[in-house]
Amino acid sequence: MKRAIKAAFPITIPVMLGYISVGMAFGLLFEKSGYNLLWAILMSIVVYAGSMQFIAINLLTGGAGFIEIALMTLFVNIRHLFYGLSFIDKFKDMGKKKTYMIYSLTDETYSLLCSSKAPEGINNNLFLFSISFLNQMYWVIGTIIGSVAGSLIKFNTKGIDFAMTALFVVIFIEQWSSYKTHIPVVIGISSTIISFLIFGSNNLILPSMILITITLMIFPKQIDKKDCEENEEDVSYEC
Amino acid sequence: MNVNSRYTLIAILVMGIVTFGIRLTPFILFGKNKTTPQYVVYIGNYLPPAVMAMLIIYCLRNINLYAFPFGIPEAIGIIIVAVLHIWKRNNLISIIGGTIVYMIGVQLIFV
Repeated sequence: MKRAIKAAFPITIPVMLGYISVGMAFGLLFEKSGYNLLWAILMSIVVYAGSMQFIAINLLTGGAGFIEIALMTLFVNIRHLFYGLSFIDKFKDMGKKKTYMIYSLTDETYSLLCSSKAPEGINNNLFLFSISFLNQMYWVIGTIIGSVAGSLIKFNTKGIDFAMTALFVVIFIEQWSSYKTHIPVVIGISSTIISFLIFGSNNLILPSMILITITLMIFPKQIDKKDCEENEEDVSYEC
Repeated sequence: MNVNSRYTLIAILVMGIVTFGIRLTPFILFGKNKTTPQYVVYIGNYLPPAVMAMLIIYCLRNINLYAFPFGIPEAIGIIIVAVLHIWKRNNLISIIGGTIVYMIGVQLIFV
């Protein structure tokens, strides 16, 4: 196990930098919203999903209903549905570790597991497990640092919640450059604005998500046609 | 602020269960030798950018465009994030840079 962790550590360094810093932002925001260290750790262990944890702060402080919370989680994390497809074979003989591997399959872990192979002489299953485990450790450590810093340092935090908007803008730009078609973005924006105008700012999410899904289902030809010619590698699940 | 422990605990469990459920689904549904239904692939491909656009608007939902400061700090913040990110492609720099500029904006300039 020790050797597997040693071998896995170098390739997890990029994720370490990302997870510790974004985890810190989450811990800090959560603390400033009135939730102490224990809540932050619990969230990073039980939920363990980056953007969703930021949304959760909003949902919790706004007292959202459990159904709304469940649906929001479903929509924000639905992309994870596809990560598992690449590993149905790979995880097959991992025994007890398989459950953990599935549970900890975040965006970053997915990309590392896809691209990494154990060096000579190291058990591949232990190696993959080490990657997943190290990544979650980074996330939890970041959360702890952020939460503790938030409770110790007193400063004017007005506007710090903009970090969440910034995170989504960053993800948006990354997605924008990896997609050939931008029709889904147009659908997302218009559905949300229509829902905003009809239902107001407090009940915006659910109607927008329904509207987005329906509109996507109406125009598969227009959307898929534009994309499939040049973007075929996106649809393949082989790592 | 007082935290409602029971509510928060259940909410976190709900999020955890749904997230794990999503990650587990392909292993249960699309085991070996089964092909993924086309519409599942389609939705999974195109939902993420639509949802991300929605989430950005969701973050901005409480801006009042008709009263001071008219959403100007948010606009500046987003432009900074976008410019930094297109330029450097570094998540950390983009997020911290944009947030600091926004905080300076709402704390010192647009008060």
